[in-house]
Amino acid sequence: MEIRKELPEIFKSFSEARQAGFISAKNFKDAGNPLIGIFCTYFPQELALAMGAVTVGLCASSDETITESEKDLPRNLCPLIKSSYGFGKTDKCPYFYFSDLVVGETTCDGKKKMYEYMAEFKPVHVMKLPHSQDQVAKELWKQEIIKMKEVLEEQFAVSITEEKLHKAILLKNEERKAMKEFYGLCRQDPSPMTGMELFNVLVGASFDFDREALPSKIRDLTQKVQEEYQIIQNNEIKPRILITGCPMGAATAKVIKAIEDNGAVVVCFENCTGVKAVEELVDEHNPDLFGALAEKYLNIGCSCMSPNTKRFELLNRLIDEYKVDGVVEMTLTACHTYNVESLSVKRFVQQEKGRPYTYLETDFGTSDVERINTRMTAFIEML
Amino acid sequence: MLSLGIDSGSTTTKGILLDDQGIREKLIIKTSSSPRKSLYEVYDTFWSDAVGCTVATGYGRSLLKKANRKITEITCHARGSRYFEPNCTGVIDIGGQDCKAIALDEKGNVTDFLMNDKCAAGTGRFMDVMMGILEADLEDLDDFVINAKAISISSMCTVFAESEIISLLANDIPKGNIALGVIHTIAERTATFYGRLNLCGPVFFSGGLSKSKIFCRVLEEYLGQSIKTDVLGQYTGAVGAALIGYESVE
Repeated sequence: MEIRKELPEIFKSFSEARQAGFISAKNFKDAGNPLIGIFCTYFPQELALAMGAVTVGLCASSDETITESEKDLPRNLCPLIKSSYGFGKTDKCPYFYFSDLVVGETTCDGKKKMYEYMAEFKPVHVMKLPHSQDQVAKELWKQEIIKMKEVLEEQFAVSITEEKLHKAILLKNEERKAMKEFYGLCRQDPSPMTGMELFNVLVGASFDFDREALPSKIRDLTQKVQEEYQIIQNNEIKPRILITGCPMGAATAKVIKAIEDNGAVVVCFENCTGVKAVEELVDEHNPDLFGALAEKYLNIGCSCMSPNTKRFELLNRLIDEYKVDGVVEMTLTACHTYNVESLSVKRFVQQEKGRPYTYLETDFGTSDVERINTRMTAFIEML
Repeated sequence: MLSLGIDSGSTTTKGILLDDQGIREKLIIKTSSSPRKSLYEVYDTFWSDAVGCTVATGYGRSLLKKANRKITEITCHARGSRYFEPNCTGVIDIGGQDCKAIALDEKGNVTDFLMNDKCAAGTGRFMDVMMGILEADLEDLDDFVINAKAISISSMCTVFAESEIISLLANDIPKGNIALGVIHTIAERTATFYGRLNLCGPVFFSGGLSKSKIFCRVLEEYLGQSIKTDVLGQYTGAVGAALIGYESVE
């Protein structure tokens, strides 16, 4: 019975981690540790861990600063880019403010050009991400990671030794394993938690700066959720939804809400807020540490890759493992790569996997909440 | 047993009362600034002890607290289309504020659907606004474009199309030609939209614009196939709602 009281508290602590993190970020900084702001899952976080720094995601998900950003950026640009830039420019985001260095990657055209302007008011380093995943690209990415390491060493006057880096690889892998066990709970039918609870933990965990303690904290939660699941024996069968597409944040959680308020449950997030960047581990036994990092990170199946076979391999497996009844693709307005790729995803899901698929393009505003509700309800009625 | 279906649309609210013999009563009223009032007006007109089930659909469906069920317009249009055209595997609905394309399997189950995105482009409202600028009534559309030659309208945004039309009028272009141009714009867009579903079977076309013979003919041109309509096509959502209610009780 204890667990039942505790669980909502733990879930709450994760969902509030982003707000609470402002203070822990300040404390972390006051203790003399560097904070590195990142925009994408392609940045090897092990580099930061190896120098005693912590990374924080700067991808914004609120429309608060979009108007400000449109003074510099075009209106028909993806809201994630505009919002992130706006928060940086207006200094409204404490994480951006506290970041000693911002790292960007040449993922999409909008972002890489935006970083040029961002560099006018913040130290920015841009990693040149190749857009394919063959051996040549991996070698390029390895060189970019080595260059990144040298930039960090120089800017922060530290030395990122092989020993420290290997330790960081082991630590980050532990975090990934713990997270995989956690979201893997949703393979069970019925799912032991709602998609919103799952989402809050996925997002919240990245704002927990005690990375050493994070794996055991996640494992503790996993155990409690599973114990409660066995006590309560919830037998409510609901249609099981997988969400794919663009990254999600607070503003786009409206899609999860629309799905779960109307009778279905989100069991898996394939996007980079969820499984995409966590699923594959870094090879701990590879003596070429930078090669191992390049291998893991470049394998992330983002739509900026062409062809993007990894995304379909992952979708293929997740749809089966999570016994998915329907796939919802959420893309952001003007995210060309995801919007274009949606046709391939639709074909794959409908034709190869024989599952219903629906596509939703949205932004960070709330004007389309009712429309999203109608679409999601109609989709669920169809299942 | 009687079954009541009410479709709370953005422009009109429709009610259908039916039993095992088919449609018994129908009512269409303009949706007021209080959609709840319009919903209850239709509900109060039809409701009696003999009504075994009430199903509400349309964007205002959640406002009818007395409804036994609330079902989206996608599912209801799919069911209603099968009532009018039992063999259709595709549905096109041009409503007041949105446009829908629905794919059905042989049994009439929805297998895929599309809805247009948050603007009035290609909807009934678009036609309505353009006719307003031409000082003509939407109901007289067919007569208005007799012998007209379509002029090309390139804007799909209601606001931009309005200024495009104003400049055409300033160039003395006959109003009928402009109206026919607007019909072509909407029909072409609708056909492209429907084309995204990759269907080839019979298609049923519902919504207020299905009453216009010219619009249907132009739409057929762009679709490259004939379409089925019904004089009660505007009631498709309400018919579907009433049928779903009837089937759930029987």
